[in-house]
Amino acid sequence: MRIEEHPILKFNKGKMIKFVFDGQEMEGYEGETIAAALHAAGVKVLGKSLFLHRPRGFYCAIGNCSSCLMTVNGVANVKTCVTDLEEGMIVEIQEGRGVIV
Amino acid sequence: MKQAEIVIIGGGPAGLCAALSAAKSGSNVLIIDKNKNLGGQLIKQTHMFFGSEKQYASKRGIDIPEILIDELFKYKENVEIKTEATAVGMYEDGIITVLEKEDNYYKIEPKAVIVATGAYEKFLSFPNNDLPGIYGAGAVQTLMNVYGVKPGNKVLMVGAGNIGLIVSYQLMQAGVEVKAILDAAPKIGGYLVHASKIRRMGVPILTSHTVKEAIGNEFLEKVVISEVDEKFNRIKGTEMIFDVDVMCISVGLTPLNELLALRGCEMKYIPQLSGIVPVRNENYETTVENVFVAGDATGVEEASAAMVEGFLAGLCAAAKIGYKPDDFIDRKNDYIKQLNNLRSGPAGKHILAGIEQIGR
Ligand SMILES: Cc1cc2nc3c(=O)[nH]c(=O)nc-3n(C[C@H](O)[C@H](O)[C@H](O)COP(=O)(O)OP(=O)(O)OC[C@H]3O[C@@H](n4cnc5c(N)ncnc54)[C@H](O)[C@@H]3O)c2cc1C
Ligand code: FES
Repeated sequence: MRIEEHPILKFNKGKMIKFVFDGQEMEGYEGETIAAALHAAGVKVLGKSLFLHRPRGFYCAIGNCSSCLMTVNGVANVKTCVTDLEEGMIVEIQEGRGVIV
Repeated sequence: MKQAEIVIIGGGPAGLCAALSAAKSGSNVLIIDKNKNLGGQLIKQTHMFFGSEKQYASKRGIDIPEILIDELFKYKENVEIKTEATAVGMYEDGIITVLEKEDNYYKIEPKAVIVATGAYEKFLSFPNNDLPGIYGAGAVQTLMNVYGVKPGNKVLMVGAGNIGLIVSYQLMQAGVEVKAILDAAPKIGGYLVHASKIRRMGVPILTSHTVKEAIGNEFLEKVVISEVDEKFNRIKGTEMIFDVDVMCISVGLTPLNELLALRGCEMKYIPQLSGIVPVRNENYETTVENVFVAGDATGVEEASAAMVEGFLAGLCAAAKIGYKPDDFIDRKNDYIKQLNNLRSGPAGKHILAGIEQIGR
């Protein structure tokens, strides 16, 4: 799902890093968001709706709509469309509202 | 408590120009943006701008923030920038609360504030509109142009305004197939230059068409559309099915300005300005003294107008707190003239009719 060639843009990708999504090891680039890395790896479903458990993906990708909330390194309700991917991150689909300590 | 002369909330084109203008007049400015990068929506706009040279016409949107930030550097002793900092509250005693990164929460008491928070994308209701694969056109633009990731393989674009047309073109530049563009209106809303370019590339633009439903299990697989009559009712028997994995929703933006409502500014619903906007005077000052507004937050328009509004609001806010430059009147008149020029086309008529209703 990555753009290989573009007439105007050059993508200066950061270094390749590894992270874990729902127990599965994946790769992404430094400097991109968690949602972008997941999408590039073919993952579209980022969460489940609260009551009907319907699949949820991102919608706005700029941190305005909360459609992309996931649990990251144990922290619930992280907006993955505006949070940078980091080496070794544990990213999980969140069930329910999530608990804040 | 942090003190500041002018706080600018939002570092998109409007906020950056406001900062530049106020700093040039001699005021201290503090820019707060919730994003990692300054530039707002510009950072994904790969197309060339219209307008005149003063609004950076024939530059690409993505190149403009750098020009503005370089310019801001000339006044660096007057400018402070906080990114990944969200203004979460604006209270009646004039205090602004900010959350920086995850856990740095503080208050600021400025002499004046300029709210330039932009706009957010509208949504459309139809069965299964929550399926992954249905994305805002702006989201797709961000994914492609900022991160170099394709949204999918086959796209149906809903909305033939400028954003819908431009994003369709950018999808094709990224090597993604655009099956069709549809719009419920009987006429294409965007500029003809953009529409002709799309048509030449063989993409049909279906006016008087709307989405009937989305189909899919875990994510979007198909979209059913149908024709509508002049009252926007669906016409039975005109259904068409598209096999697509992405549907982009581009049915307009609506101003993002809850902070102003929270602060107690008088707000009004103005359809021509795409939503609820603050009542303001010609200096872009709201009904609350020393609270200014600029850009899409004051009515959805274009980046060029947002920039000029920013320059004007920055100039007037600085003057209001004691930094009135000798050429104040000349600068103010120049900005007003630029705005009038930008609003002289057919779309401008609409905007002007809206602005008439929020003057004070
Ligand atoms: C998808 C899309 C395509 C577009 N295409 C074009 C085009 O082709 N040509 C054109 O002229 N215009 C286009 N526009 C419109 C143009 O981008 C906007 O008119 C312009 O960016 C508005 O500038 P602004 O500074 O008001 O808002 P924005 O550019 O949206 O900037 C607002 C800034 O405020 C920040 N912010 C918001 N809330 C807070 C808060 N509480 N605390 C801190 N920071 C906050 C945001 O992070 C953002 O950086 C497009 C807009 C979109 C969404
Ligand atoms: S997709 Fe809207 S907040 Fe992340």
